Amino acid sequence: MATGKAFNELWGMEPGSQSRPGFEPLAGWLGETPQSELERRQQAAEAAFRSLGITFNVYGDQEGDERIIPFDIIPRIFSAREWRNLSAGLEQRVQAINAFIADVYGPRHILNDGTVPADLVLRNEQFCVPCVGARAPQGVFAHVCGIDLVRTGPDEFWVLEDNARTPSGVSYMIENREAMLRLCPELFEAFPVLPVDTYPELLRDTLYSVAPEGATDPRCVLLTPGHLNSAYYEHSFLASQMGIELVEGRDLEVDDDIVYMRTIDGPVRVDVIYRRLDDAFLDPLAFRPDSLLGVPGLMAAYLAGNVTLANAPGAGIADDKAIYSYMPEIVRYYTGEDPKLPNVETWRCREPQALAHVLDHLEELVIKLVDGSGGYGMLIGPTATRAEIEHFRAALKAEPHRYIAQPTLALSTMPTMTEAGIAERHVDFRPFVLTGGKGIRTVPGGLTRVALRAGSLVVNSSQGGGTKDSFVLGDGEVP
Amino acid sequence: MLSRTAADLYWMGRYMERAEFITHLIEATIRLSALTGDADDEQAWTSALAVVGATGAFAETGEKPGAFNVRRYLALSADNPSSIRSCIERARDNARAARHALNREIWEAVNHAWMTIAGRSSPGGAQPTLNLVDALKAETRGFEGALARMLRSEAYWFLRLGSMIERSDTTARLLDVKYYLLLPPGAEVGGALDRDQWMTILQVVSGQDAYRTIYRQELKPALIAELLIFRPELPRSLAASAEETVQLLTEFGRRSGRQGEADRMARRRLQRLEKGNVAAMIDRGLHESLQALIQENAALDRTIASQFLFP
Repeated sequence: MATGKAFNELWGMEPGSQSRPGFEPLAGWLGETPQSELERRQQAAEAAFRSLGITFNVYGDQEGDERIIPFDIIPRIFSAREWRNLSAGLEQRVQAINAFIADVYGPRHILNDGTVPADLVLRNEQFCVPCVGARAPQGVFAHVCGIDLVRTGPDEFWVLEDNARTPSGVSYMIENREAMLRLCPELFEAFPVLPVDTYPELLRDTLYSVAPEGATDPRCVLLTPGHLNSAYYEHSFLASQMGIELVEGRDLEVDDDIVYMRTIDGPVRVDVIYRRLDDAFLDPLAFRPDSLLGVPGLMAAYLAGNVTLANAPGAGIADDKAIYSYMPEIVRYYTGEDPKLPNVETWRCREPQALAHVLDHLEELVIKLVDGSGGYGMLIGPTATRAEIEHFRAALKAEPHRYIAQPTLALSTMPTMTEAGIAERHVDFRPFVLTGGKGIRTVPGGLTRVALRAGSLVVNSSQGGGTKDSFVLGDGEVP
Repeated sequence: MLSRTAADLYWMGRYMERAEFITHLIEATIRLSALTGDADDEQAWTSALAVVGATGAFAETGEKPGAFNVRRYLALSADNPSSIRSCIERARDNARAARHALNREIWEAVNHAWMTIAGRSSPGGAQPTLNLVDALKAETRGFEGALARMLRSEAYWFLRLGSMIERSDTTARLLDVKYYLLLPPGAEVGGALDRDQWMTILQVVSGQDAYRTIYRQELKPALIAELLIFRPELPRSLAASAEETVQLLTEFGRRSGRQGEADRMARRRLQRLEKGNVAAMIDRGLHESLQALIQENAALDRTIASQFLFP
């Protein structure tokens, strides 16, 4: 693929010679530790994950097999300076995302003055009509954002995607770190790695900071679809780390627009719900009437201001890939600054000129559904078959408004354990940004996803990708 | 605590206890068959089925109630909702659903037990089954060890409450079936063969040494019954389970400041066991008394479910 020209996180642009300045200990460690020892540790990590039951089910998998997400023991590293720049860019972007969501469900300034086409928002499937006029506590709608980043050069980071609905992966960030601390303690002596286990406390603080006004001694819960959901491990992990109750829809009831949970002592009032349920399933009285996962009357309680929902319903309007293409304008509009983190160049196929360009260059581009997720419904031109390309050509002509296109990026690579020894594999990065009543915070770390097949750019776990630990170095020792 | 979580933990306790009980039952029945010299020993295995109330269900499979079939049915059959495999599977499902209320050690113990039994196929002959039994005993010991180190909290109390209610049920059934089988009304206790049969009962509840320590005499049916019903020193006796049940419900009462119907029922039961004796019970009819205890335990189970608002 584009591996030859890709930036290597450890070696820079020249694989195999000098490692990037400050990363010599990792290069040394890789050189000195026997392959068999690395493999032994990797297997120990996977056994530990299996014993912990950090498994997931791949959607569409007939056997509902429980698998662990493959973990790779070679960490990727961010220098302190790199991280400072990234987090400044992330916080700027998330600030803009929240302002945008508040605006489109409120006064709609950005639509009224035409900066973003109104129909793109108001006719969007993700636009939550019942949420119009909702007043979220502290004006925060997207309390947890997962911003997907890729890197193509030493100082070239791009935002690939914004996830403002129910971004997942944070438990892997924490468990991967635990595994690394146990299995490769020498790396933590060599590098001043900042901790990531503060995430649950920060999330808890964030949730409590947005409790409805007037709630004395607020109670917070995590709403999960249940243990058959592929991300269930993470739901139960976070709930227990935060010391809050893990509930399903059937554990909650709404009476007089107030939400209660069903305990052994009778109904107990709930003030903040960290919900890991899609909007559509939240409330059968407001959305999908066939949803058994939600709580009848929850939206009424939310709109009455009696319960905070994190992330707020309707936040998914910022996830949409067509909206993504306007993010540079959106950042400028609400912060008055140029975006510190650039977007990937994006062609909006609903625009005839863009569509024409895309149809002419299908073999070179990545085509995505505007409302897709998990890496499904995507065409990667350079590796697609003739048949797949023609299929997409027809789909694009039939419903151009459903697609965007981006150039194929040479994602950076990292040394990764493979059957044939250590080899380069493409990686991306998802940090998690928290927004609450006291401001925006990013934990120094995130989820590095790695495509396990040689040359593959698909990193999603649901399609066989793996994860690595991500070291963010503290100040003082590394440029 | 959510009512649903409480119910999941309670039933997890019941399923793990049931799995352990059946493991011991299989082991003791194999030993009994070996002693009678009849490898197939339909009688021993039929009575094992009767102890767990599976006579009818097994008959529906159409298989002969011989050693091989019944061992497989009780240990590994996916069609038997109370096979050891089914019990551990359900316990693990419940543990997953109530994961956030459990600590890492307990989860790993249940998950490990499940991993041990999940891959096994038909137990085959007596020796492979005994190997499986040894492995399972190690798993349940691991679980009990993790439980002993668990924080004393609502989660712990519900787990133990489920175990105690299940234990009351299985001990009463064990005694009822075996006693009834071995000593029908009017019959006399026999010689060496009977002794092995009676020893089986003690083995299932790990009571052989306890009997010797407490009674210091040869096996007598009435004393075996007394040990299993009235002696709180034996952890698996009805008296011991009844005592711990009251203690557990009292903890809940202390926390919530309220006593419920389940507390009252459990207390009444304990009082009767403390005041009763085996001679009087045999006079009244041991079988009838044990059946009454089984029914009362089932009623207590239902009352617990309603007191704690189980879904």
